[in-house]
Amino acid sequence: MKYSKEQTADLLLKIENSLREYLLKNNIENPIIIGVHTGGAWVADWLHKALGFKGKAASLNISFYRDDFSRVGVNPKVEPSEMPVSIDEKHIILVDDVLFTGRTTRAAINEIFDFGRPLSVTLVVLVQRNGRELPIAADIIGETLELDNNKNIKLLGPDPIILEIIDKEN
Amino acid sequence: MSENEKRDLKEKNLNQNNAVSQKHLRHFLDIENLPKSLILDILDLAESFAGVSGQPVKKVPLLRGKTIINLFFEASTRTRTTFELAAKRLSADFLNINIDFSATKKGETLLDTLRNLEAMHCDMFIVRHPSSGAAEFISKNVSQNTSVINAGDGRHAHPTQAMLDIFTIRKYFPDFTKIKIAIVGDILHSRVARSLMHALRILEVPDVRVIGPKTLLPKGIEHMGVTSYVNMDEGIKDCNVVIMLRLQNERMDSSFIPDEHEYYNLYGFTPKRLGMIAKNGIVMHPGPVNRGVEISSEVADGDRSVILQQVSNGIAVRMAILSLSMQP
Repeated sequence: MKYSKEQTADLLLKIENSLREYLLKNNIENPIIIGVHTGGAWVADWLHKALGFKGKAASLNISFYRDDFSRVGVNPKVEPSEMPVSIDEKHIILVDDVLFTGRTTRAAINEIFDFGRPLSVTLVVLVQRNGRELPIAADIIGETLELDNNKNIKLLGPDPIILEIIDKEN
Repeated sequence: MSENEKRDLKEKNLNQNNAVSQKHLRHFLDIENLPKSLILDILDLAESFAGVSGQPVKKVPLLRGKTIINLFFEASTRTRTTFELAAKRLSADFLNINIDFSATKKGETLLDTLRNLEAMHCDMFIVRHPSSGAAEFISKNVSQNTSVINAGDGRHAHPTQAMLDIFTIRKYFPDFTKIKIAIVGDILHSRVARSLMHALRILEVPDVRVIGPKTLLPKGIEHMGVTSYVNMDEGIKDCNVVIMLRLQNERMDSSFIPDEHEYYNLYGFTPKRLGMIAKNGIVMHPGPVNRGVEISSEVADGDRSVILQQVSNGIAVRMAILSLSMQP
């Protein structure tokens, strides 16, 4: 099942508005927006622009922080993380497209702490689905889906960003 | 079986020993039989690891829980320390075994030393040895899950040095098929030159020249797809990359070269000769540098020299090789 461009845009607007409220409520100014490569980075760039920040959002490639190296190894085509500014004493908005098992978020938080000591980390996801394996929850969520195990959520992008639910590859 | 078939079979066997598949390494012993795609994978992965050195915490947890042993039977500073840093930046546990002071001096055989180290559940040996073929010998005698990396064996190969050299070259010249490269000096005894010539052939560099006195150029070297020059000025003309080799002091006393002074006159890389290479050309050297023997200080320290970048790049490239050899 494919979301339309407009349906995905509605989800993006929803997390944008929730994030604005959240930042206001928690008195957070000038947060650093960091997207998880690749889908999360597209959403992060979109939010970064929508909130009126200059340049591009920071991006994390968590390949070197995954917990399954002993099982699946590392893909040689890893695009490096891009962290253009210091994150020390800053509020971090961590953005991913999908929250599923929580393992990617764990790896991302570990990597963030190798760049410095942020004041806080807030998790924003476009979609969360059932299947959490770690005690990790998002603060801002576009949509919550209950999906069968054989389904995957995929993001097409970066322009336009379109959400798609597909059958898992074997 | 024809000679060609025999050669193909030998190459196939070597391939299997080197790389489990086109994608994964098991041991990293030589470049000779690696597919181009795997060489490019190593370079790409090294590119990603290069960023780790710029992080406040210069470490990623990829090889956490793995144990790597540096098994050096020969002196080394750069190679030994960059392997150590590479392993540590991947969060592996790392041991340096100095063979000079170890049990082999007390009469223990190499295989006994190996078995003992393996009994300590190590996952990888990084081997440097004065004898050609030593790393391969060790790779055939370790258990199934232990990887062996060749950090230089006799006159045979120094594949990680060649990898960091081509990584450095790619930073300046992304298209290998459009450059001229010269390797200058003691080609005959140089494992660096051998590994480099193989790497450059696989990467399809169209013009590779080897330059040195006749006594230091192996006979029949043209079979490796290179052109040999005895005259340095002719050889380096318009080259984009000039790789100087260390003139090993131990060759001085023999009949290989006349004397240091004359060698410098004939093959020393001087500022005057720097003017003969391509305008965008770079100067490389695997180290340690003999100033005033094969290269002048002005050139070695000048703005065309990438010698220290080679050292930095060595860490990222070795991180890539270590992690690809530990792939499941």
